[in-house]
Amino acid sequence: MSAEVEGHRGSRILGGTDARYAAIATLSTLVVLGGLTALVVTSPGWPSVKEKFFNRQEFQYWFSDVAHAFVANVQVFLIAEVLILIWALTIAVIRGLPGPVFFPLRVLAVIYTDVFRGIPTILVVYLLGFGVPALQLSGVPSSERFWGTVALVLVYSAYVAEVYRAGIDSVHPSQEAAARSLGLSRWQSLRHVIIPQAVRRVIPPLLNDFIGLQKDTALLSVIGVVEVFRQAELGQAADFNYTPLVIAAVLFIAITIPQARFTDWLIERDRRRQLAGGGTG
Amino acid sequence: MSRKLLLPALIAVALFAASCGSPASSSNSSGGSGGALNCTSSALQTHAPGTLTIGTDNPAYDPYFTGPAGGQWKGKYNHDPTAGQGFEDAVAYAVAQQLGYTREKVAWTALNWKQSFKPGPKDFDFYLAQVSISPKRQQSADFSVPYYTSTQAIVAKPGSPIAQATSLADLKSYQFGTESGTTSYDDINAVIAPTNQPKVYDTTNDVTQALSNGQIDGLVTDFPSAYYIANVEPGGLKIVGQFTSGSGADTWGLVLAKDSPLTACVNKALAQMKTSGKLQAIEQQWLANLSHAPILR
Repeated sequence: MSAEVEGHRGSRILGGTDARYAAIATLSTLVVLGGLTALVVTSPGWPSVKEKFFNRQEFQYWFSDVAHAFVANVQVFLIAEVLILIWALTIAVIRGLPGPVFFPLRVLAVIYTDVFRGIPTILVVYLLGFGVPALQLSGVPSSERFWGTVALVLVYSAYVAEVYRAGIDSVHPSQEAAARSLGLSRWQSLRHVIIPQAVRRVIPPLLNDFIGLQKDTALLSVIGVVEVFRQAELGQAADFNYTPLVIAAVLFIAITIPQARFTDWLIERDRRRQLAGGGTG
Repeated sequence: MSRKLLLPALIAVALFAASCGSPASSSNSSGGSGGALNCTSSALQTHAPGTLTIGTDNPAYDPYFTGPAGGQWKGKYNHDPTAGQGFEDAVAYAVAQQLGYTREKVAWTALNWKQSFKPGPKDFDFYLAQVSISPKRQQSADFSVPYYTSTQAIVAKPGSPIAQATSLADLKSYQFGTESGTTSYDDINAVIAPTNQPKVYDTTNDVTQALSNGQIDGLVTDFPSAYYIANVEPGGLKIVGQFTSGSGADTWGLVLAKDSPLTACVNKALAQMKTSGKLQAIEQQWLANLSHAPILR
């Protein structure tokens, strides 16, 4: 039984453990990748594409500038992610509040998610980044990085609130009934029983949204933040070579791939736990 | 036996043809003084036969285009280039006339200026929208000889500390902003060398908004554009001063496709316009009212 589970786990990525399967998979991969590479490398425009997009000197010359600018993106998404986790959960909880008293709050939460999921992120960034500082209110920051981060938090919280809501809805009502029968208040059962289970279930889709957010930090370029995309574009404009943009792409991949594998690992771990739970239950 | 010889022979012929072809065409495009140059409209191979297709940006701004809005060039601050009014509009039609195209034989096409000198085929015969000539850009597009030489200028809010600056050294500590991909960006770094990296925006309108918002202290662009921003657009901004480009001079050229057969003729037309005084007259007509701003050193 446990051996079968082990074998099944191995199958998740490589597709099987027996040698023949592995050999065929390897051969097939080589043929497909080799074919694609040959197609690109032998295309008539390849020498100029290589020169314009994958230029070694350009890569070395611009790497430190582009990587330095990427720090701005990392700072923005780290701050935004923390704020999104809190703000989105607040919205999701408000949306799930029962009773007629909370009706206006629920309506506001619905409007919020509708509006901020409906407007393209680049427009929210643009309108907040130029619009709010134009109000010239004293005490309100005019920093475009500040307002760019606010825009990302507003937009992505709308998505993440929906993810949370799906998680909360997925917890069986008997869980709350059981918690209430133990004497926990509605709030306590939400806090100690429902949300912990809900959050655990939504971590993979949550990370999915965060990867989207990380890539969208490049949108802050439109309001004047010299982040990775803008710095790469400056390099492109200065040298007429697209290699700096390839550097930016490589940097994004370098941070998103580990997160994707981490998400896979979390999903796999949860699946195993559920299997184990199903066996004993 | 013969087949073995044929392939190397073919390669040799191809290489010879290629090595002959490239210097011939490049000297043709850069020279423009070739005696046998036939620059009549009937001989020119244009994008659309019989018509001279000229590209410019949309919106097309004052003082380069000053006619009424129209066609694709819609909006309050936009100007239809078919009017033939404004500095660059007049230059374009004068070049067309020199090449033998009547006004009816000129067609306009709109294209973002940053796209104009990207490598690849073009939808225009030549393009003009304050595009500075630079060696990097010349690697992927042809440029005509210059039709205008500009300085860079700094625009600021009248009451702000930067507005009191009287030398380039006074400017170092301020936050500058400019449009992305411009020679102004290079000039801020090369000539002012500020302590803060300049902020960069997609359009000069965005830079102007950032200046009004206090997100930057100074906007840098070419002098005629700066004059327009400070005096024509609403917003109460002023020119702090102008300075010479890091490359020595910010010269604007007509953009043509790389190795375009038209480059030599366009250069010849511009040279004739300079000799006859026509180009100077156009500049006098459309840009003379630009009052001078202090030169910062």
